[in-house]
Amino acid sequence: MARTRSGVDEVHILWISEGMSCDGDTVSVTAATNPAIEDVVLGLVPGLPKVHLHNKVLDYSLGGEDYLAVFRKAARGELEHPFVLVIEGSIPNEHVNGDGFWTSFGNRPDGQPKTLNEWIDELAPKAWGVVAVGTCATYGGIHAMAGNPTGCMGLADYLGWDFRSAGGLPVVNVPGCPVQPDNFMETLTWLLYQAAGLNPIIPLDEQLRPTWLFGKTVHEGCDRAGYYEQGDFALDYNSPKCQVKVGCWGPVVNCNVPKRGWMNGVGGCPNVGGICIGCTMPGFPDKFMPFMDQPPGAAVSSRLIRTYGRLIRTLRSMTNDTVSQEPRWRHDRAELTTGYDPRWSTGGAGARSYREHERELHASHPATASGPEPR
Amino acid sequence: MEPTVGAQPERKLVEMAWDPITRIIGNLGIYTKIDFANREVVECKSTSSLFRGYSVFMRGKDPRDAGFITSRICGICGDNHTTCSVYAQNMAYGIKMPPLAELIVNLGEAAEYMFDHAIFQDNLVFVDFCERMVKETNPKLLEQAERTPAPHADVHGHRTIADIMRSYNPFQGAMYREALQMSRLTREMFCLMEGRHVHPSTVYPGGVGTVATPQVFTDYLSRLLRFLDFAKKLVPLNDDLIDFFYEALPGYEKVGLRRTLLGCWGSFQNPDVCDYKYRTMTKWGRAMYVTPGIVVDGKLVTTDLVEINLGLRILLGSSYYDDWEQEQTFVQEDPLGNAIDKRHPWNQTTLPKPQKRNLEDGPYSWVMSPRWFDGKDHLALDTGGGPLARLWATALAGLVDTPYVKSTGRSVTIDLPRSANYPERRYEWRIPEAGANTLERTRARAYFIVYAAAMAMHFLERAMDLVRQGDVKVFEDFAVPDDGIGCGFHEAVRGVLSHHLVVRDGKIANYHPYPPTPWNASPRDEYGTPGPYEDAVQGLPIFEENGQESFKGIDIMRTVRSFDPCLPCGVHMYLGKGRVLEQRHSPMLGLGAR
Repeated sequence: MARTRSGVDEVHILWISEGMSCDGDTVSVTAATNPAIEDVVLGLVPGLPKVHLHNKVLDYSLGGEDYLAVFRKAARGELEHPFVLVIEGSIPNEHVNGDGFWTSFGNRPDGQPKTLNEWIDELAPKAWGVVAVGTCATYGGIHAMAGNPTGCMGLADYLGWDFRSAGGLPVVNVPGCPVQPDNFMETLTWLLYQAAGLNPIIPLDEQLRPTWLFGKTVHEGCDRAGYYEQGDFALDYNSPKCQVKVGCWGPVVNCNVPKRGWMNGVGGCPNVGGICIGCTMPGFPDKFMPFMDQPPGAAVSSRLIRTYGRLIRTLRSMTNDTVSQEPRWRHDRAELTTGYDPRWSTGGAGARSYREHERELHASHPATASGPEPR
Repeated sequence: MEPTVGAQPERKLVEMAWDPITRIIGNLGIYTKIDFANREVVECKSTSSLFRGYSVFMRGKDPRDAGFITSRICGICGDNHTTCSVYAQNMAYGIKMPPLAELIVNLGEAAEYMFDHAIFQDNLVFVDFCERMVKETNPKLLEQAERTPAPHADVHGHRTIADIMRSYNPFQGAMYREALQMSRLTREMFCLMEGRHVHPSTVYPGGVGTVATPQVFTDYLSRLLRFLDFAKKLVPLNDDLIDFFYEALPGYEKVGLRRTLLGCWGSFQNPDVCDYKYRTMTKWGRAMYVTPGIVVDGKLVTTDLVEINLGLRILLGSSYYDDWEQEQTFVQEDPLGNAIDKRHPWNQTTLPKPQKRNLEDGPYSWVMSPRWFDGKDHLALDTGGGPLARLWATALAGLVDTPYVKSTGRSVTIDLPRSANYPERRYEWRIPEAGANTLERTRARAYFIVYAAAMAMHFLERAMDLVRQGDVKVFEDFAVPDDGIGCGFHEAVRGVLSHHLVVRDGKIANYHPYPPTPWNASPRDEYGTPGPYEDAVQGLPIFEENGQESFKGIDIMRTVRSFDPCLPCGVHMYLGKGRVLEQRHSPMLGLGAR
C-alpha cells in the first residue's frame, strides 16, 4: 500500500486509565482479535504507522518515573512523534474536594498527587487525536450515577463537545462497559490508517461514536427479535425468547454486540440470555434502572404487538408444518412420481409450480394424500 | 518485619517510590525507605489514589441492580463481584438457585480464574522474571540461567532457565504470546457461561439466563481440553523458574516473606448443600469446592463462614474517610443472634473526606484497613494473591474430595485428564516450607490454574448429567422483601471477597463490598499495624545487582505483584535516584513511633 506524504510513520499511544475506571477497557482490548493488540504493536498490520503503546497494565517498565517519562515529555510538547491520547474512566470534578483529589496519575513536583484533570489539561490540546474508551470516559458511565460523590463526567463534557485535537479531530468516543474488544481495536486501526494518510476522517455520529459500529440498535442485530415480532416474550430468565418484558432495553440502545458477539463471535447479551442494560449509552445507567424491570416503552409496544404477533405466529406455525414435510415424490414405491420429463414441455413438472404438481399427485395417489406423510 | 529494638547501627535511608505501579490493575503507589548499605527495605507505605464511591451511590437503588453495578468495581474480576452480589442477594431474598445455575456460575468462575491467573502470571508478573528484565537487574543471574538446564525441559520444551526467561519477553516471547491467546480462549469459555467478559450479562439473583443446551457445554469442553495442554506445561515451567531463584540466590526465600496470616472465603458452591440461608451457612460453606478458612502461623483457625463473618472489622487510621462510630447501626445481630460489631461492613457508613496526602504521619490512602478480629487481635490478613490462601486453607481443611481435586490435610492433589499433547497428569501442591513469600505466592498461582481447570471438568460432568436428565431449569423466581440482610462470600481471583447488603423499604440501605485488594493494599490501621504489602516489603532483603544509582527495585516490585494488586489502585521513583534522609536509628521508624 502506498503511503501519502501527509502520513506519519510513528505514533505514540498514551493511555491513561486513571479516570473513575476499573481498567476493564484495557483488559477487554487484550481480548481483541480484529486486529489483536500484538498485531498492532508488532507492526503486522500493513500500512499502519509504527506504534509505541504506553499502557499501565501492559507496560514493560516497573512504573513510577520510568513509566511516566513519555507522558511528562508529551506534556512539555517534546515528543518526537504525534500521539493519540486514550482516556479510560470518567473525569471527576476536582473543584468540589477541598485540598484533596479523587484520582491521580503520578505526582506533581511538590510531591502531592497529580490529578487526571491536570494531565488532560496539558495533554489533550497537544494530542493528534483524543479517544475516550468505555462508557465512563465517553459519557460518565456507572461512576456518574445519581448520588455519586465525585461529580464525574465524560471526556467531551470536560473538554467541550466542540473540542478539536491538534489533528483537527473531535473526541472519538468508543462506548461500552466494558468496550467490546474488536470495536475499540477497529476504531484505533481506523485512526492509525488516518494518521498514516490512508483513511479519510473517521465518521462519527452526534454522540461522537464511529457510525459503522454504533449506527444500529441491539434489537436490529438480535437473533431473538423474531420472537418479539411474534409477540412471544420470555416471562423469566429460563426462557430463550425475547427478553423485553424482563428488562431488555435492546430496541432503543445503539450497540452491535448481539450481531458481532462478544469475542470471536462467542457470547453477547440478549442473544445469549442477558438483558441489555444500555451500557453503551449516554443515559447509562440511571435511565435504565432498575435493570430487571420491563422498560416503560416496551410495555406499550409489546401490548400492541401481541394481537398481531399471535396471528403471525399461528400462520407461521401452519406454514412451518407444511415446510416440515417432504414433497410426496420422495418414496421407495415402484414408480417415479417426480414429474420427470426428459424434454422441455410446458406440461412437464419443471414448468409447473410445486403446488400444481402436488395437486396432480394428490389426484393420482389419493391414498398418500391424507394424513401426515411417512417420515 | 518491625525492626527489633536494641543496639542498631546508624542507618542511612533513601526514599524511593514507585507511583504509579505498572502491570497491575488500578492506581497503586509504593513509597519506601531503603538502607542500601545493608541492602534492606526499612519502611514501606502503600497508597491508592482513586476513589469512586460505590457504597455511596448504591444507596437507595433497587437491590436487584447490585450485581450489575458492583461488577464495574473491577475490570479484571468484575464477574467475581456479580457472583458475590448474587450470593448476598440470594440470602436476602431467600432464594435457592437451581442446581444447573450453580454449576453454570461455577463454570464461569472457573474460566475467570484460568483467564485471569494466566494473563496476570504470564503477561504481567513474569515480565519481572523475563530475560530483558533480569539482564537489567541481575546480569550475573542471567549468565547462570543460561548455563542451567531446565529440569522439566522434556515437558515444556524450554532447554535452559534462560530460555524460559526469554519466552516471557513482552510481545516477543513465545509463552507471553501463547498466554495472550489462552486468555482469549478462556474468556470465550467464560462468555459461554456468563455472556460477556468482564461484566457478565447473564447472571442474575435467582440464577442465570444462559440457555442450557448441550451445545453450550460442548463448546466449553472443547476449549477446556485445549487449555489443559497449556496448563499442563505451565506448572512444571513455573516450578523450574521459581526453584532456580531459590538455588541461585540463597536467601531469596526471605523476599516478601511475612507471617502466615491468610484468609480464604471459599469458592464454587455445592448445589447439593447450598441453600443460601445464613443459619446453615457454616454447613454449606464447608461444602464449597475451595474451603473457606483462616490460616494463622500454619494453623487452620476456622473454616466457619459465620465465624469469619463475625470477625470482620473495617478500621481507619491512614485513610481519607471520616469515622462512622456516630452513624446509624443497620444490623444489631445476625440471624443466629450473634452481636454485630459497629466496625462490621453491615454497619459501615462510608464518609469520604478528600485531603492532602501525608505519607509521614497522616492519612495517605483511599484504601481502608480491613482486619479480622480473633477475639484478641485485629489481624492484617492477606490473601497471598488469592491462590496461596485458597490452596493453604483447602489443603489443611481436608474437606474437598472430588474425582479431580482432593485435599489430603497437608496438600492438594490435582488430576488432569488426557489432552492432545499430554497424558493424564497429577500435580500436588504442598504447603511451602519457605512460608508465605513472594515466590510461593507466584508458584501457587500456577497450581491454582490447574485446580480451576480440574474443577471445571467436574462441574461440566455434573452439568451435562443434569441436561441429559432434562433438568435445564436455570432461574428461580423471587420477590424482593421490604427488609432484609444478606452476605455473600466468594473467592475473587485475588482472594477474599465479601458483599454485605442491607435492604430497607425494598431499597439498598447499605452495601459494602470488600474485595481482596483492600485487605492486601491496606495502609496502617489505627493501631499502627501495617497492611500486608507494607509488611511484606518492610524488611525485604535486596538481591538486585544494581546499586542506588541505577536501582530499579525489582525485588520490591516482584513482591507487590505477587499479591496481584487490583486497586482500581501505584511506585513512582521520585527524585530519580532517591532522596537521602538524615541518619536515624531504625527503632525510631514506622511502628515504634506510633
